[in-house]
Amino acid sequence: MADKTSSNAYWAANIRVIVISMVVWFACSFGLGILLRPALSGIHIGGADIGFWFAQNGAIYVFLVLIFAYAAKMNKLDKEHGVEE
Amino acid sequence: MDQFTLNLIVIGASFALYFAIAFWARAASTAEFYAAGQGVGPVVNGMATAADWMSAASFISMAGLIAFGGYNNSVFLMGWTGGYVLLALLLAPYLRKFGKFTVPEFVGDRFYSTSARMVAVVCLIVISVTYVIGQMVGVGVTFARFLEVSTTTGLLIGSAVVFAYAVFGGMKGITYTQVAQYVVLIIAYTIPAIFISLQLTGNFLPQLGLIGSYAPSGGDVAFLEKLDTVVTELGFAAYTADTTNMFNMFLVTMSLMIGTAGLPHVIIRFFTVPKVSDARSSAGWALVFIALLYTVAPAVGSMARLNITTTFWPGAVTGSAFSAPALSIEEINTNPELAWVANWQKTGLLAFTDKNGDGLIQYFNEKKPVADAGKALADANKALAEAPADADKAALEAKVAEAQAALDAALADPANGLVEGQSLTDMGLKGNELTTVNNDIMVLANPEIAKLPGWVIALVAAGGLAAALSTAAGLLLAISSAISHDLIKGALKPDISEKGELLAARLSMAAAIVLATWLGLDPPGFAAQVVALAFGLAAATIFPVLMMGIFSTRITKEGAILGMLVGLFSTAIYIFLYLGWFFIPGTNMLPNTPDAHFLGISPAGFGPIGALLNFAVAYIVSSMTKAPPQDVQDLIQSIRVPKGAGAAQAH
Repeated sequence: MADKTSSNAYWAANIRVIVISMVVWFACSFGLGILLRPALSGIHIGGADIGFWFAQNGAIYVFLVLIFAYAAKMNKLDKEHGVEE
Repeated sequence: MDQFTLNLIVIGASFALYFAIAFWARAASTAEFYAAGQGVGPVVNGMATAADWMSAASFISMAGLIAFGGYNNSVFLMGWTGGYVLLALLLAPYLRKFGKFTVPEFVGDRFYSTSARMVAVVCLIVISVTYVIGQMVGVGVTFARFLEVSTTTGLLIGSAVVFAYAVFGGMKGITYTQVAQYVVLIIAYTIPAIFISLQLTGNFLPQLGLIGSYAPSGGDVAFLEKLDTVVTELGFAAYTADTTNMFNMFLVTMSLMIGTAGLPHVIIRFFTVPKVSDARSSAGWALVFIALLYTVAPAVGSMARLNITTTFWPGAVTGSAFSAPALSIEEINTNPELAWVANWQKTGLLAFTDKNGDGLIQYFNEKKPVADAGKALADANKALAEAPADADKAALEAKVAEAQAALDAALADPANGLVEGQSLTDMGLKGNELTTVNNDIMVLANPEIAKLPGWVIALVAAGGLAAALSTAAGLLLAISSAISHDLIKGALKPDISEKGELLAARLSMAAAIVLATWLGLDPPGFAAQVVALAFGLAAATIFPVLMMGIFSTRITKEGAILGMLVGLFSTAIYIFLYLGWFFIPGTNMLPNTPDAHFLGISPAGFGPIGALLNFAVAYIVSSMTKAPPQDVQDLIQSIRVPKGAGAAQAH
């Protein structure tokens, strides 16, 4: 195990990345797909209103990008803090 | 070659492939049996996770649910994919670093308590057993339809197949079989979807077809707009109509998301990869393979809905539904392209009656007064038909006449009509004549409805079986490892040898298959309800306890145990109150209607509330009890950093 201060800094950085990712996760599904749908009904993506599209397709694409971005960011953090495998 | 022979060939070939893989990849040690020797690459594991995750419900039922629920049933699309973000961010990498074989084992070590481990075993078994019953039923139904055997025979064949490869192969055999099953099921799902998208929208990609324009009327109307117009004309809610209960939709989506992240059979798949960083990316790969089906499903659902509607109202293809007569019975009986209607009528998934005797089948949505009056008349007729010889026939006949008069009045009321100012009677209608359209037909009959060749139909059968079998195998592994590793080795007989434990794992897997088959033969009258329970409980028990175990150093064993119990009981009781105790029909204490739901929360949406109760109880109890000991603090610090995971501890 790495020494305590460096692993504390690593953990704090990890939490920060998680919080940002969770905000995106919430915004694309619950936000655009459910809560904001009535307010944004005038905006269209092709033949669907934006809320409908995010609820049925868009949120899934964002989830995908989000997981790979998180994995890449964490690999970088692992190296910076010397805790990689 | 006839359809039955084609089905046999395609299904038989896919099974031969699974057996060959299982024989090649049979497990030789407990590490291989429980976690495939922790040597599965992230992409392969992602594909196996996708097959593990996508069950008979995803493959057969989900598109139908979306087809008839429209926007409201987007909860399944977001809920069953968003959970992978939570897995990747909050659970998978840390549990992989922990480096052992089961979910209860982590709970037991982190909360330094065999009792906590046993409570987790109970939660895991309740979740996995309820889930596996649905899979076994799905296997039985699919075999019955495509191999023309009884549902019971179908179920027994399915059990024998799972038995053969899961008991000998363990996690290693299951992993590689699931990869093959994924390939079969995704091809089976997307091929009909591509053809249908081309027919209806001219788009090769169903994802673009969904938001594309409707081709048969020249392409100046959006596909979804066309669908909305057709279904509202027939009295149904618009396909893209907004939800009437946003709060509940929010909660159900959340319940499915955190429930997904808390399902033990999904979590243990992430124990099989070699490194922590692989666990993170593997969740992403799993979602890639899941998204290939989940982004196609809304297109399949909406397009199948339009296809089945225009089949019964040929005029709706280019104009108004009422611009041409409805489909005639003669056409159904003589047109070979419509042979599927009679085929599916035999299974009971599709049913029609010509109520007004005009030889046409008019399909529309009855407004509530008409539907209620129709049901009252059917009940009165049933009471008369079933009356004993000495009963007061005259009184019963009077009741029928009264119900008939009420129905006639409802039909003659212009307020219940389909066209402004006209009643159903004015249009010559006596009620909706397509009385049953089962959700599952949307995928199973999709290739026939779209007039695709026979081999595509056979492929869909093999795909449905692959989806059900792969999920059943994953669930059975989760159950058997909890019994042999957590219950037997962890508590009852800690000095059991490696060989003895492997034998115990195989025997408990065999016992789990027998139990699941027995329950599947006589399911306690549910299907959808069971899903609510499995996800609700996973959300309220496993997910919170794992998350707190990783992200808090202060949660104590007392807090964890009480938290899990509160989550388990509050969620189970809330669901049983509305759906009946242990799902026995008639034992529910409150009616399962939106008005009776507490704060409008449906039973399927209670998971997040149970999780909040779990978090709150665990936090309060922990703050009143002694902090976890130093070795547990060290354990938490060690799972938080990836370094050192390569040398995974076997025990």
